Amino acid sequence: MSADEIVDVEGLTVDFLGGAKPLRAVAGVDLTLRRGETLALLGESGSGKSVTLRALMRLLPERRAIIGGRLRVDGQDVRVLSDRDLSAYRGRTIAMIFQEPGLALDPVYRLGDQIAEAVMRHDGVSRRAGRARALELFERVRIPSAAQRLDNYAHEMSGGMRQRAMIALALACRPKVLLADEPTTALDATVQIQVLLLLRELQRELGLAVIFVTHDVGVAIEIADQIAVMYAGRIVETGGCRDVIRAPAHPYTAGLLASRTGRASSVGARLPVIPGAPPDMENLPPGCAFAPRCKHTQSLCERGDPPDVSVGPGHRARCFLLSAAAGPGSAFKGN
Amino acid sequence: MDALDAATLGRDRGGPAQPLLSVRGMVKHFGGRRSWGGRGIRGAVHAVDGVSFDVAKGQTLGIVGESGCGKSTLARLIMQIIPADAGEFLFDGEVVGAHALDLVAYRREVQMVFQDSYASLNPRLTVEETVAFAPRVHGLSRRAAIARAHDLIFRVGLDPKRFAARYPHELSGGQRQRVNIARALALQPRLVILDEAVSALDKSVEAQVLNLLIDLKSEFGLTYIFISHDLNVVRFMSDRVLVMYLGKVVELGPSEVLLAAPRHPYTMALLASMPSMDPDRRITEPPLFGDPPSPIDPPSGCRFYTRCKFAAPVCAATEPVLAEIAPAHRAACFLAAAGSGHPQAGPIA
Repeated sequence: MSADEIVDVEGLTVDFLGGAKPLRAVAGVDLTLRRGETLALLGESGSGKSVTLRALMRLLPERRAIIGGRLRVDGQDVRVLSDRDLSAYRGRTIAMIFQEPGLALDPVYRLGDQIAEAVMRHDGVSRRAGRARALELFERVRIPSAAQRLDNYAHEMSGGMRQRAMIALALACRPKVLLADEPTTALDATVQIQVLLLLRELQRELGLAVIFVTHDVGVAIEIADQIAVMYAGRIVETGGCRDVIRAPAHPYTAGLLASRTGRASSVGARLPVIPGAPPDMENLPPGCAFAPRCKHTQSLCERGDPPDVSVGPGHRARCFLLSAAAGPGSAFKGN
Repeated sequence: MDALDAATLGRDRGGPAQPLLSVRGMVKHFGGRRSWGGRGIRGAVHAVDGVSFDVAKGQTLGIVGESGCGKSTLARLIMQIIPADAGEFLFDGEVVGAHALDLVAYRREVQMVFQDSYASLNPRLTVEETVAFAPRVHGLSRRAAIARAHDLIFRVGLDPKRFAARYPHELSGGQRQRVNIARALALQPRLVILDEAVSALDKSVEAQVLNLLIDLKSEFGLTYIFISHDLNVVRFMSDRVLVMYLGKVVELGPSEVLLAAPRHPYTMALLASMPSMDPDRRITEPPLFGDPPSPIDPPSGCRFYTRCKFAAPVCAATEPVLAEIAPAHRAACFLAAAGSGHPQAGPIA
């Protein structure tokens, strides 16, 4: 692990127990993130993107979720942290923001007190210093009339303001890595872009490494340096934002980009679609999980796991079409 | 031909030029308290405040706006799920609720698909029973209703043999929304209101359902009201677009004109807030600051002036009317009206 790499995940698996049989929600995810870089984890519901974030934060229920593989953040092995180390790790090394700030903020405490408490607890400072830090953070996330807003309860703020308050809370102890789980999905478009621009600015000024989970390609393009596309618990394609968007290598990525309504030629024309639905994680097809929906499927695809193939500098995809094993004439051009 | 077919035969009364639906001066306020002295209501949510528009036969009207702008309330008013405070509907020239078009007949003509595909299905009815329910209520025999249900289940892209006997929890989100669409079509309506009908679906499934809606529209000669917060989807689906802000219509016009050359600053801001889809042309400056104000106490004059970068004194003082600025294109903005008192007003803003 080079000095620059702050998140290093290798072969991450997450199995949920409790059902009739264990359910593998994450099936071998590798990712690395450098300081000051933003990675968008792009995928549909059930693709394992949120579970990956929760594993990094150690938020999954320990008895019911079995984590495998290597998880290192800022030199610490996340899987073996003691309870005491874990509470220092959360907040100081890594912090997380969620889709629903209403659920992440405590409804019965004033927002300023919640932030001050986190600062007092982690930095061992006085209440007064904690409040001062809270004010500084509220100003940083551009909450208007910040001093008065510190005394608000979460329900007294609008959706966009609550999201800003949650970002302030997450940044309270100067984390190095920020995990964002669809933080703008519930917001209106005009508010969403404000929050995305704020995150971009904070990321640059504070040198944060950000992992941003989203299902929206447009949001990923606005925020990400790197994009990792997840499907059925695996990363099927990863690379620089431009490379992945301009020249998608995996048929799933290409299909997602092609089916965007923004690209439709005319009103009422038919959209190119990916047929079928995301797979049922309890009954995954053999071989490549995308094969039943893929228009390039060959018999090979149903037999084994597709290889992880390099398609350009820092650009990789998991697909038989891209490997020599698929034979001549199989070269796939992303549309 | 069965009883339902007979009831719906030859329904087109006014010919193609008559709008299928005319909405006039629709008002809906929620809650609030009568103030001392009994003058007016205070603290009411101004959900829909004087909205008028027409929907032409065979067209799709897209309705866009942020949360709280009243678009879903408007849909529920049109469906007559909630009563309006003021205003009237004309459906193909007939006053809704009057003798010639009672509510039972109206409900046959207008159906709705909701965002939450799970909550809008009865968990204890199978797919077949769900789709056959309304035809049964409206007098079809059990056999005929089931036959119609199977036909519709097939037309929305599900295999009746596999899906007719399933319950909602045995379906995926996209499949459930297809069942909701089949149910909406079971009474052969002429107008279907789609209230964020694809918003909860995964992107790859969303495109499939949009294609299905387009196919069904031409197959059954439907008219749609398509409500969404996603401008790209609205652009793709709609012939005309209506933009709402805090209970008012701020702009209304042909989709390709309105979305290419918007005249109301709010429409401009909505368009500029859409992700750029180009890594080299990211948005650098937010088009709007802050959240929409509360509809409980909307700003005076133009409701958008508190967030508008073109705001002038006239905007706070008087309310702009929704005036025609080009053929079939209307905007409620002093900028778009020459001689309005706005310093930057002119024929082209």
